[in-house]
Amino acid sequence: MNSNIFDLTTWTTAIHDWLTEFIPEWSAILLESIVVALIIITLYAVFAIALIYMERKVCAFFQCRIGPNRVGKWGLLQVFGDVFKMLTKEIIRMRKSDRFLHDLAPYLVVTASMLTFACLPWNKGGQVLDFNVGVFFFIAVSGIGVVGILMAGLGSNSKYPMIGSMRAGAQLISYEISIGITMLTMVTLCGTMQISEIVQQQADQGWNIVRGHIPALIAFLIFLIAGNAECNRGPFDLPEGESELTAGYHTEYSGMHFGYYYLAEYLNLFICAAMASTIFLGGWAPLHIAGLDGFNEVMNYIPGVVWFVGKTFFILVLLLWERWTFPRLRIDHILSLEWKYLMPISLLNLLLMALVVTLGLGINV
Amino acid sequence: MSELEEKKIQAQQSAPAATPAATCPAAAAVPAAPAENEIHPRMVTIDEFHTEMERLKNEEKMDMLELITGEDWQEEGLGCIYNLWSTDTGKREYIKLVTTDRENPFLPTVSDLWEIANIYEREVFDFYGIKFLGHPDMRRVFLREDWEGYPMRKDDETEQNNPLRMTNEVLADTTTQYDRMPDGSIKETTNVVFTPEDYMVNIGPQHPSTHGVLHFRVALEGERIKKIDPKLGYIHRGIEKLNEAYTYPQTLALTDRMDYLGATQSRHALCMTIEKAARIEVSDRVQVIRTIMDELQRIDSHILFFSCLCQDMGATSAFLYGFRDREMILDIFEETCGGRLIINYNMIGGVSHDLHPNFQKRVKEFIPKMRQGIKEYYDIFINNVIARNRLIGVGVLTNEQVRNMGVTGPSGRASGWHNDIRKRQSYAAYDKVEFNEVVRTEGDSYARLLNRIDEMEESLHIIEQLIDNIPEGTFQTKTKPIIKVPTGTYYSCVEGSRGEFGVFLESKGDKSPYRLHYRSTGLPLVNAMDVACRNELIADMMAINGTLDYVVPDIDR
Repeated sequence: MNSNIFDLTTWTTAIHDWLTEFIPEWSAILLESIVVALIIITLYAVFAIALIYMERKVCAFFQCRIGPNRVGKWGLLQVFGDVFKMLTKEIIRMRKSDRFLHDLAPYLVVTASMLTFACLPWNKGGQVLDFNVGVFFFIAVSGIGVVGILMAGLGSNSKYPMIGSMRAGAQLISYEISIGITMLTMVTLCGTMQISEIVQQQADQGWNIVRGHIPALIAFLIFLIAGNAECNRGPFDLPEGESELTAGYHTEYSGMHFGYYYLAEYLNLFICAAMASTIFLGGWAPLHIAGLDGFNEVMNYIPGVVWFVGKTFFILVLLLWERWTFPRLRIDHILSLEWKYLMPISLLNLLLMALVVTLGLGINV
Repeated sequence: MSELEEKKIQAQQSAPAATPAATCPAAAAVPAAPAENEIHPRMVTIDEFHTEMERLKNEEKMDMLELITGEDWQEEGLGCIYNLWSTDTGKREYIKLVTTDRENPFLPTVSDLWEIANIYEREVFDFYGIKFLGHPDMRRVFLREDWEGYPMRKDDETEQNNPLRMTNEVLADTTTQYDRMPDGSIKETTNVVFTPEDYMVNIGPQHPSTHGVLHFRVALEGERIKKIDPKLGYIHRGIEKLNEAYTYPQTLALTDRMDYLGATQSRHALCMTIEKAARIEVSDRVQVIRTIMDELQRIDSHILFFSCLCQDMGATSAFLYGFRDREMILDIFEETCGGRLIINYNMIGGVSHDLHPNFQKRVKEFIPKMRQGIKEYYDIFINNVIARNRLIGVGVLTNEQVRNMGVTGPSGRASGWHNDIRKRQSYAAYDKVEFNEVVRTEGDSYARLLNRIDEMEESLHIIEQLIDNIPEGTFQTKTKPIIKVPTGTYYSCVEGSRGEFGVFLESKGDKSPYRLHYRSTGLPLVNAMDVACRNELIADMMAINGTLDYVVPDIDR
């Protein structure tokens, strides 16, 4: 396996060494952190814009429409226009709302989403937050978002947001269980929780979805379903449930506060897809087919970040397909789907995976 | 434009005016044969009214209270005309009830016999101030609760009494019931609509799922619905009052603006009422054209029904599939009539324009495409497991309930009630074609959905039979410049997109109607919401009001 030319570690170490020549190490680290944070925030915004455009075009494709095509070539500037509009809008505050909770909630939601965003392994050596319980950390910080949504519902002092946030609470907490278990299933296969390690292993031994065959495939499907539910995306979008609750928990938000929810929703979708590509489809690991050495060599010349983003967008299309095809579920159907089907299946699947690993039934490429 | 042309147009425009109206008084030559749709309401005294209605319901099997028309006969008094219809035997009965007391008019209620009377009597109370004894809920239904006077009375000074109010409309949580005591005095009881403990959510007046400005106050227990109280009238335009000042051709313009998805059908009903009442002969060509247009409109309406239901249920792609197919119908309408939504096609004595030369070709192209579209609807939504779970067994209305609440149309037929006007009392060219009355017995939302999809197939079948057989003839019978309807009371109805659309016309022989009242197709459906939604989840409410398929401007009029 030779993908060293794209190994970011050499670059980051070189920059770090160069900086410490001029300034003390603590300030070098501080400077690096600030730069990395800025890069992350920029990427966050860039991906949000790309995703909104993509969603509108993909959804138009499913609906026999053209989608945005007036602002800029192929409507490329449409999203920039929308973002600019959002930025200039007034933030309206309700008189009887709980000001503190109401204003804090969107920041919590967006923070949770940014923290999980920072966990993604963009390339070999290209991950920001990476330590030995990375998967745990990912699950934990993604849970903060629920708090933000519940706070939005409570703080708005209005009935639609209240019902919406209660639905969100019930739904997100339920589906987090499935997500957690399926991720643990893959952790069982890899034997590590460090995200960079999980990807490295897949680069060396083949993608998890191949390695773990049947249980991995089941876990992948469950992850796709539960992931859509975690992101409040249709057919699980009933916390927003547009036709019932107008906009659900963010009914009373306007301007950029609403924009944060909007941003977080799209980025959560991206993060969900990225996490699926990391733990199932090998993250930045290039496609290798055993026996075809020439082909594998060519694949190695495609940078890891291209692989990662490419796989992520592939899963995104799957998620959008799901989103734009199905009608919305009802709250009791959603909960029974999770507690009666997904969770028992994923628990059994975890057991199956444990058997596969202990009996050495996995495929080694 | 050349000068010559201009003169020509001027001449054309002035032509009708030049015809001396005085020389042809329309009412002068009244033919001897009675009008086909004239009705003779039977006067019943207030004391024997209730027992008589009970007898009609139980012994004569008058299962449907079609309409209650409030009227102000000035010196004769205030009163109501009740249209009763036995859908089993096809017999109709018209009862007239009058009170001379203009200050405090009281009439006995029939809301204990037919549930539909509940909302009809409130409507009469709202516009005529007649209080119904024993009615549990005597609140205004269309107008603001602080409204002064009763606007449909001939002597009401509506504008003087009701300046533009700058205050919020506060909705009361209590209501009044009037009862006559044995000693003849009136007892007022206060009934509670919502208690302060109820967790109340407003669905509407601005809400994506009410399909218009309609206001439901919903009491919730968790996510379960305890009670629904509809508040109507947010787009009430006083069409019926306006009609009293309009000439007959003018009244036509307003029908398209009521049920905008049944525009041709409601206009057809009004034209038919006036034509039959004034004995204007309509050519066979017009009858066939009207039938085809009505059926196209029905398909249009049912497609929109399907689309909106999908949208309410979150299936956004399916929503646009419907709109894609509907576009073809709108194009056909546009080519012939010039309008897409407000079509203004039917006229008294015919239709406004002859069919466009492309019409037959376009319609023939449309039919197979639509059949393909219906297949796709099944694939993307109707057979989807989520959709089925959300619709089957939700919002069940029993046969007895739909009869009681006058839920006509595909919604009523989903509960096993045979009430298709096209079959029961044929009009236009429906006797020349073969089609099935689509009836199901489940009574749930899914049956209501399937009923409409099957009706689209039936409509396509009807159009197929007629499209090559449009008879030659005139598209517009010559009428007198000023149309006057002979004195009398008339009632005609058609099968609208969402139920029976009836026109009640009382004429005093003038060029405008004395009273023109419509049987709205949507009002009974809204009235049924409370019963259908009770103990269902709030998400089911969207499925139920989606499948009941009412159109708000038609409710409010």
